[in-house]
Amino acid sequence: MNMELSRRAFLRSAGAGVAGTAIGAFGFGGIEAAHASSIRAFKLTTMVETRNTCPYCSVACGIITYSKGDLRKGEKAELVHIEGDVDHPTNRGTLCPKGAALLDFAKAETRLKYPMIRKPGSDKFERVSWDQALDRIARLMKDDRDQNFVAKNNDGVTVNRWTTTGFLAASATTNETAFVTYKVVRSAGMLVFDNQARV
Amino acid sequence: MTNSWTDIQNTDLVVIMGGNAAEAHPCGFKWVTEAKANRGAKLIVVDPRFTRSASVADFYAPIRQGTDIAFLLGVIKYCIDNDKVQWDYVKAFTNASYLVKDGFSYSDGLFVGYDESKRDYNRSEWDYQIGPDGYALVDETLQNPRCVWNLLKQHVAQYTPEMVERICGTPKDKFLKVAQMISETSSPQKAMTSMYALGWTQHSKGSQNIRSMAMLQLILGNIGIRGGGMNALRGHSNIQGLTDVGLMSNLIPGYLTIPTEREVDFQTYMGSRGFKPLRPNQMSYWQNYGKFFVSFQKAMWGSAATKDNNWAFEYLPKLDVPAYDMLRAFELMHEGKMNGYVCQGFNPLQSMPNKAKLIRGLSKLKYLITMDPLETETSRFWEKHGEINDVDPKSIQTEVIQLPTTCFAEDEGALVNSGRWLQWHWPGATPPGEAKHDTWIMAQIHLRLKALYAKEGGAFPDPIANLHWPYKDQGEPHPVEIAKELNGYVLETVYDPADPTKVVLEKGKQVAGFGVLRDDGTTACGCWIYSGCYTEAGNMMARRDNTDRDNTGAHPNWAFSWPANRRILYNRASADLDGKAWDPSRKLIEWDGTRWSGYDVPDIAPTAKPREVGPFIMNPEGVSRLFTRGMMREGPFPVHYEPFEAPIANVIAPKIRGNPVARVFKNDMTQFGDATEFPYAATSYRLTEHFHFWTKHVWVNAVLQPEFFVEISEELAREKSIQPGGWVRVWSKRGSIKAKAVVTKRIRPLICDGKPVHVVGIPLHWGFTGAAKEGFGPNALTPFVGDANIETPEFKAFLVNIEPTTPPAVA
Repeated sequence: MNMELSRRAFLRSAGAGVAGTAIGAFGFGGIEAAHASSIRAFKLTTMVETRNTCPYCSVACGIITYSKGDLRKGEKAELVHIEGDVDHPTNRGTLCPKGAALLDFAKAETRLKYPMIRKPGSDKFERVSWDQALDRIARLMKDDRDQNFVAKNNDGVTVNRWTTTGFLAASATTNETAFVTYKVVRSAGMLVFDNQARV
Repeated sequence: MTNSWTDIQNTDLVVIMGGNAAEAHPCGFKWVTEAKANRGAKLIVVDPRFTRSASVADFYAPIRQGTDIAFLLGVIKYCIDNDKVQWDYVKAFTNASYLVKDGFSYSDGLFVGYDESKRDYNRSEWDYQIGPDGYALVDETLQNPRCVWNLLKQHVAQYTPEMVERICGTPKDKFLKVAQMISETSSPQKAMTSMYALGWTQHSKGSQNIRSMAMLQLILGNIGIRGGGMNALRGHSNIQGLTDVGLMSNLIPGYLTIPTEREVDFQTYMGSRGFKPLRPNQMSYWQNYGKFFVSFQKAMWGSAATKDNNWAFEYLPKLDVPAYDMLRAFELMHEGKMNGYVCQGFNPLQSMPNKAKLIRGLSKLKYLITMDPLETETSRFWEKHGEINDVDPKSIQTEVIQLPTTCFAEDEGALVNSGRWLQWHWPGATPPGEAKHDTWIMAQIHLRLKALYAKEGGAFPDPIANLHWPYKDQGEPHPVEIAKELNGYVLETVYDPADPTKVVLEKGKQVAGFGVLRDDGTTACGCWIYSGCYTEAGNMMARRDNTDRDNTGAHPNWAFSWPANRRILYNRASADLDGKAWDPSRKLIEWDGTRWSGYDVPDIAPTAKPREVGPFIMNPEGVSRLFTRGMMREGPFPVHYEPFEAPIANVIAPKIRGNPVARVFKNDMTQFGDATEFPYAATSYRLTEHFHFWTKHVWVNAVLQPEFFVEISEELAREKSIQPGGWVRVWSKRGSIKAKAVVTKRIRPLICDGKPVHVVGIPLHWGFTGAAKEGFGPNALTPFVGDANIETPEFKAFLVNIEPTTPPAVA
């Protein structure tokens, strides 16, 4: 994380340096410092830089997100810009047509914002609270599990499985999400469990 | 990947076959460009379409989709016939010299033991001859007619250049040029890398496509070396991680396996996982299975997993079928045997085959839960969208609960890239609206289930009630806490087995590697192959030191690479029998008389003597396998099988349809089409401007590629009177779609078995949500059958018909 600070410092001094060199070349050395201080710093230097990874393909290009507001200080943070991480050994700052447009992914109009329920036979989603959604999910899952859990098979072997509810996991989530998901799914005895490895 | 993206710079020859890295993995492809520019490396592309990878290739050869095995076995034959074999490597590091049972045989497309009614083999004869000492018999002179090498020679004999041309449609001279270029890398001073992706996996024999190339790479001595390897270019950013962490029906993290119900108890389960070495002195590293398994159970169930209850073995569900993969899940739904389904960041309605069947299946569910940062077609499968999603919401009784989740910019944790690098990332934005982390949602579901069971009782609540849940905030486990669980920690102070007075690690500490793990309940570890990722020294995945001594491409201090921060798998094989690099300019690790050391973490015990211990330490043989015993369902050697829907009959075995052991559900067999009705060979593909079904939500990408299309040749367009840009209808036995036609020179008809075969390309990025125009995508057409070993659907080769038409009605 220290590298972020040094990069920002570098940007600032680079901005001033370019201006100073050009003016110096024209023989205005004396006013160099005054002029440099009058030049507005790059807008991005006021942003919070955060190291991230492109969420698309498995090249896993390094990216740097720039946001207004600092999450680490408990502030709200709004994404302003995303660019390739020049220090990343794989992509060395480059991004493809997908990665270069990542800002529009994070800020897409079709990002979901609230839990929704579509009732049987309905033609629309209706907004609900998280508590309503999660209580309903737990109820549906528990009822299905209690009705269909198989403790022993026909040969009397303990099998402790639940196969009437399945779970598809996401391969763009983190390992940490994956392991918590694994714990919750397996502890319930679920076997119908898969991810995007095949598609 | 056995190697890494940055290692591709070390290669002499890149073969892109079964993939299209320039378009699908553009920033990884830069390393191909580096190798070409800096060391004069060559690029070969073999593909049905003249892709952008092909456009910058030194040599391009066309091939009909679904015939890669015939092509590759043809190259193996060429190498054997022309003595282009790295002999020392093959003799010492593969099972070429192992003797195979006398009962093993092959004829007319089938191996011994086939049972047509079961679509399966009795594989008992597909094995080595075992001597009285319990070890496999070998003939190092390769003279014995039953040795693997001689059986392989015999097996590939029929794949002549003429046969390759007949099956694949690759002109003989082009095939021979490719074979000749590949064969030159049999020199110990030359390396070839194989870069493949879904173009190889999405076939009913996908695993054998990959095996064919792996065998070729072993014969050429290209595995374990810089610039070599088998490099699967994975699709999603963390598909490697999700697989490592075992989110599949039959997996436990770290490639351990869920018990089947035939393994009636813990002793039986462990009994079939002994991994006794098949040759003297071999490491056969899976012998440590018990340590990894018990440590996993301790991570799952903590103090509830004890020696007395066999480490809570009964808490794990037991399988009654080989796997509950996605195809089986939708089959069960379709049969009305499932009530609930949860889709976490997954849009199966777009990404699975035979959309009509999927809609019928989802409509029979009682409840569907989706968790996603974006709208998905799956969560709105009940919504009518003209011809594209032609459903009646009133008739669909499924309750759907849609949960908004965070995306990459708002969460923290590690993603595993194709090269097995675990890279930590940090959040930089506040989630929109009420969107929540997946970790929070999963915790909430668990805590609610646990509370309901505590209150009401119910079916076997123990594994839920006792799930180890050590998080500071029960409702929102922090990624750092979870990463520490994955890495592993000691529950009791662990002592050195050789010297019980010596403390290895004190109680409560993070393990430094999987070598510390025990099977006595003193250690816990969520995923043994990740051990070392979060140690007492901190978060190794967060490291960002990009130094690279001598520019090997290893970058050993950048993030963490599993296992053990090793950057190139099987790297012991980069050195000769005595431990000296085959190619001094490509040195990785070497033996200095007492130890292995070099640029990478040795993939062998540091003091294991050369000539005693083989480089393929995970295998009980200590060597790699050209003959894979009974480990793959369709045979120990690959065989050319046609796709289930093919424009010609299988030339080498005309009576066999598709892969003879691929699982086909009853009603799906009648849903395969024939070439008489569906004469054109279709394939799905991806565009460089889009990522699956996500980027149609992204304004920039929706502008770059706004509209669904199908791609056909000028010849087919003429034959069917299709105008460039005109509307066409494309249909298969399972469904029908409409699209604009893109008529190009990138696709040309092939001549297969004397008959012209037209290829129809169908990109997959559209649907009915997002910023791009509504479009069908290919999966209304694709067949509901998967690879015989791992059930990846056969998206890349199926049959369609095509005709000009009028635009579709929209909602």
